Amino acid sequence: MALITVSSPHAHGPMSTATVMRLVLLATLPGVFALTYFFGFGTLTNILFAALLALGMEAAILKIRKRPIGFYLNDGSALVTAILLGIALPPASPWWILAVGILFSIVFAKHLYGGMGYNPFNPAMVGYVVLLISFPVQMTSWVAPIGNFDGSVLGPIDALVRTFSASSVDAVTAATPLDVLKQNNSLLIEDLWASNSQFGSLAGVGWEWANVGFLLGGLFLLYKRVFTWHAPISMLIALTLLSAIFYDGGSSASGGSPMFHLFSGATMLGAFFIVTDPVTSAVSNKGRIIYGACIGVLIYLIRVWGNYPDAVAFSVLLMNFAAPLLDHYTQPRTYGHKKKTLQKETD
Amino acid sequence: MSDTNYRDLSLNGLWKNNPAIVQLLGLCPLLAVTGTVVNSLGMALATLFVLLASSTSVSLIRGFVSDAVRLPAFVMIIAAAVTCTELLMQAYTYELFQILGIFLPLITTNCLILGRADAFASKNSIGPAMFDGLMMGLGFGVILVVLGAIRELVGTGALFANMDLLFGEGAKSWKIVFFDDYNQFLVAILPPGAFIVTGLIIAVKNWIDDGIKKREAARTAGQPKESRRVRVTGTIS
Repeated sequence: MALITVSSPHAHGPMSTATVMRLVLLATLPGVFALTYFFGFGTLTNILFAALLALGMEAAILKIRKRPIGFYLNDGSALVTAILLGIALPPASPWWILAVGILFSIVFAKHLYGGMGYNPFNPAMVGYVVLLISFPVQMTSWVAPIGNFDGSVLGPIDALVRTFSASSVDAVTAATPLDVLKQNNSLLIEDLWASNSQFGSLAGVGWEWANVGFLLGGLFLLYKRVFTWHAPISMLIALTLLSAIFYDGGSSASGGSPMFHLFSGATMLGAFFIVTDPVTSAVSNKGRIIYGACIGVLIYLIRVWGNYPDAVAFSVLLMNFAAPLLDHYTQPRTYGHKKKTLQKETD
Repeated sequence: MSDTNYRDLSLNGLWKNNPAIVQLLGLCPLLAVTGTVVNSLGMALATLFVLLASSTSVSLIRGFVSDAVRLPAFVMIIAAAVTCTELLMQAYTYELFQILGIFLPLITTNCLILGRADAFASKNSIGPAMFDGLMMGLGFGVILVVLGAIRELVGTGALFANMDLLFGEGAKSWKIVFFDDYNQFLVAILPPGAFIVTGLIIAVKNWIDDGIKKREAARTAGQPKESRRVRVTGTIS
C-alpha cells in the first residue's frame, strides 16, 4: 500500500499523526466523563491500566522489531488503541483481561502486520473480540449504573480492588439494556421499559449519556476535520433506517426503537471513534459511505438476530475485510482523466 | 534414484520440507482437531499409519499401474488404508475415534498423503518410499502435537488431559495442571487459535532458519571462496 505512486495534485495533510491522535484523545473526554459518572471509576482504571500496558508492550515490540521507540510512542496511536479498548471493556475489568486485550491489540493486530499504518484490522476491536469470545462471563458482566441496587457507583478504591482481585465478578453487575432486550420474548417494549429500571428514559441509564458524550466528541472531531462525515453518518443512517423498519410498533418481537439503537451500547463510540479509523476503513468518499452503511446494517443484524447483544466490534472487523475491495471498486476519477466507464466506451 | 540419501529424506520430512509448516499441506486436520495433545497425537498416529501404508503400497505397484489411471489407484489405496485405521481405532480407542469424528475419514483427502504418493512413492523403490512416508508423517505429527500442546496449555492451563483415551487407564494421572483456577482462554481452543498458533510456529521456524543462514554466512565470509593453488612455473631451486 505504501509504495503506490500517486500522481499530482498532491494534497498536503495539515495534521500530523500525533496531532490527530491528541485530538481523538481529547474528544473521548465527554464520553469517558459520562461513563465515570454513571458507572463509577471502573472505566478510568480500565483506561489507566490499558494505557500503561499498551505503552509498555508497544515499546517492547518496537524494541524487538528494531524500530525507533520514542518516535512511534510519541505518535499516540498505542494510547488511542488502549483508551478505546478501555472504554469498550466492562468497567473495572480484571488486570489479566486488560493484558490479554492489549496483547492482541498491539502485538497481534498491529505489529505482526507491520505496525502503525499497515494493520488491516482495527487493533482495539481485535483485542475486544478476542476477549469477548474467550471470556464471555467477564465480558458480559457490566457494572450496574447509578441508582440501581444500593444506589452508589464504584469508587476509585473499589475499582482498583476489582481490577486486581481474582473473584467478585458478579457483585454489582446488571444486564445491559441491549442484553435485556435480547432476552425478552414475551413483554411489549413498553412493559419491558416499565419493569426494568436500567432502561432509563431513552436507551438505558448511563448509556444514553455516554453515547451523547461520544456524539459530542465525534462532532468536535468532525468540526476539526479529523475525518470526513461519510462513514459515521452513513452508519448511523443505516442503523436508524433498519431499526425504524423493524421497530414493529413496540411489540414483544420488536428490535427496539431507532433512538434506542442510536443511543445504547457502543453505537456512538463506534460511529465516531472506530469506524473512522483512517488505517482500516475505506479511503474514497463513496467507499466510506458504503463501508459505514454496511457496518450499520451488520450492527443491527447481529444485535437483533445474532448471538451477541452488541455488535460494533464484529461489524467493524467484518467490514475491515471488505475495505480494500470497496476501495478497488470506488476509485475516484483522477484529475484530468475521464471516468473508467467512459474510457471503455471510447476504446 | 538408487543412491538415496536417507539423511536428506529425514531432514526434508522433519524440517526443510515439513508438510505442516512449509508445504502447508493437510491444514484441515491441522486446524480442526489440534485442541488438545491427545487429539493431536491420535490424529498424528492415524495420519502416520496411513502415510506409511500408502507410500509402501504405491511404491510396490508403481510398475504395474499406467500413468493415466495412477491417481484413482492411489486414492483407492489411501482410502483402504484409512478404512483400516478407522476400524483399528474403533476397536482400540473408541472414544478418541468418536472425538476425531469426520476428520478420520477425511484423511483420505489429505493432500499430504496423495502428494507423497504421487511425488515420491510412485518414483522410488520400497525402502526410500517407506522411509519418506515415515519421516513426512513424523514431521506432520510433531507439528500437530506441538500445536495441540500449545493450544491446550494456553486454552485450559493444563497439559496431557484425557491421555487415557489413547494409552489406557494408567494414563489418567498424566494430566499436569499448571495454573489452578485458570480461566479458559477460549480463543486458543477455538479455530482462530489454531490459525494464530500455526502462524507463530511458522514464524519461529523461519526465524531459526534465518539465524542458521546468517551464522553460515558469517562463518564463510572470512574465508576465500575456494582455496587457491599457487602456480609455480619454472623450477624452484
